[in-house]
Amino acid sequence: MNGVARFNHHGVWAIYKFEMGRTLRTLLQSIATPVITTSLYFVVFGSAIGGRMANVDGVPYGAFIVPGLIMLAVLTESLSNASFAIYLPKFTGTIYELLSAPLSPFEIVLAYVGAATTKSLLLGLLILATARLFVPLEIAHPVWMLAFLLLTAVAFCLFGFVLGIWANGWEQLQFVPMLVITPLTFLGGSFYSINMLPPTWQTVALFNPVVYLVSGFRWSFFDKGDVAVGVSLAFVSGFLAVCLLMVWWIFRSGYRLKT
Amino acid sequence: MATVLDIRGLTKTYASGLTALKPVTLAIEEGEIFALLGPNGAGKTTLISIVCGIVTPSAGSVTVGGFDVSRDYRAARALIGLVPQELATDSYETVWATTTHSRGLFGRPPDRAYVERTLRSLSLWDKRDARIRTLSGGMKRRVMIAKALVHEPRVLFLDEPTAGVDVELRRDMWALVRELREDGVTIILTTHYIEEAEEMADRVGVISRGELILVEEKHTLMRKLGQKHLVLHLHAPLTELPAALSRWDLALDADGQLLEYRFDTRAEHNDIAALLRGLDELGITYADLHTEQSSLEDIFVDLVASREAHA
Ligand SMILES: Nc1ncnc2c1ncn2[C@@H]1O[C@H](COP(=O)(O)OP(=O)(O)OP(=O)(O)O)[C@@H](O)[C@H]1O
Ligand SMILES: [Mg+2]
Repeated sequence: MNGVARFNHHGVWAIYKFEMGRTLRTLLQSIATPVITTSLYFVVFGSAIGGRMANVDGVPYGAFIVPGLIMLAVLTESLSNASFAIYLPKFTGTIYELLSAPLSPFEIVLAYVGAATTKSLLLGLLILATARLFVPLEIAHPVWMLAFLLLTAVAFCLFGFVLGIWANGWEQLQFVPMLVITPLTFLGGSFYSINMLPPTWQTVALFNPVVYLVSGFRWSFFDKGDVAVGVSLAFVSGFLAVCLLMVWWIFRSGYRLKT
Repeated sequence: MATVLDIRGLTKTYASGLTALKPVTLAIEEGEIFALLGPNGAGKTTLISIVCGIVTPSAGSVTVGGFDVSRDYRAARALIGLVPQELATDSYETVWATTTHSRGLFGRPPDRAYVERTLRSLSLWDKRDARIRTLSGGMKRRVMIAKALVHEPRVLFLDEPTAGVDVELRRDMWALVRELREDGVTIILTTHYIEEAEEMADRVGVISRGELILVEEKHTLMRKLGQKHLVLHLHAPLTELPAALSRWDLALDADGQLLEYRFDTRAEHNDIAALLRGLDELGITYADLHTEQSSLEDIFVDLVASREAHA
């Protein structure tokens, strides 16, 4: 019989390349739109409002919102990219080929989530570079900054993957990002420190998972966060673990992939 | 010859509660062309989908090339090529990109020459840079076949490959199947065109309501079940069959104008001569006579109908 490798790296690479190719074809959507949106945020929040705002936690407002903006874009793009990537073949029927290929669940997830994560990371760094054009920035913990970015991107790409498998229609695919993630992100301290909220709302905010992500990420920039960085890290890791568990269960049970 | 596909006690009950496969047991020999026939909803696609890993079986086991499709799925699937019944393609990809993608998915290293040969054999070479959405339906089907062949499978499943395909493509497909067989590829195809099975297959399986009701070598099947009909157009209608002719299996049509004699192809030929002499003696004359051989289609329709009658 033909030699069957323990790891189908040709298969993983094929999916990865395919997905990255799809990004290139839709470059405008994938990269340009978030960058333009972020620039608009800077114009509106950073310049128009920021000019009238005092420093937040000793950081100029224009710089203060950078980590939050990056997180916002990375979260939403991770979700939509990863969910779309796996929903599309389900929708068009081409998933038959993926299911019949000699690929393990791990390899499939690695390829899809790897490609979506690559896009998210590139996007995050691109927004960071754009932000530098508007405000002077120094990053206190560059390695941690990258680590937070990576962990968040992986976790939300996994979550997006789950979402794409769960979704039975385009509405459902839009539903979670629109109704759950967008409000959580906007109320997640992207544009303000939660210390600026009234005490009751500060307590409520602590139930918002995005607060921990933004706070940790902001810490890597300014060495200050709304919550302790260890808590943020534990939270991101915990969320990652939950997403991994969901993916594991999906492949074990064949949920919405196989009949 | 070695068994390349071994299906044992395979059943499938969908979540809806519908049982699409009763226990099915079937062994396919290496290098043969096997045609799976059956009416709509018989379970053909379900059977193929389980072998290919797209549908999970309820019970039973399947091995391909000796590898269990669930335990050794990696080894088993690397041997399989599948052209599904439904057209499903990545519209925005080019023919070249989608074909090389498929080769990679199945764990094969890049091989431009092999991809080229595959595309050429399906007359797709000129279209290699075309986006799939710009191709006609028949061309898309060729693309799906190219995707299934480009990773050099040893077992090829063609689920109704010629549905909605023009005569030329169908002929090309038959030629391709023969070529693949020369290379020792095992082919399992489902079809509604009986002449296709008659033309191509070494063996035929008939599936109905999830049960494999017959598996037979095609020639044996034709011989065993094949009957010839001798039809006589009478000059004067008969109201009933003369008693003197009772030793022949005769039938009259409603008008009494057509006399039909069914005989086994293995029966002695002078039986016909005897019948004609018998008619002569009774003074029954006829204007015309011809014989018909029952096709696989007749056999198939008879089989399914008798099943349904018993059900
Ligand atoms: N995903 C599914 N969920 C529930 N029932 C299904 C599913 N897929 C197929 N069936 C049912 O299983 C039975 C067998 O279907 P299958 O597609 O295997 O038939 P087939 O022999 O390929 O028919 P056709 O000649 O029309 O392609 C049918 O009654 C069909 O409705
Ligand atoms: Mg079918």
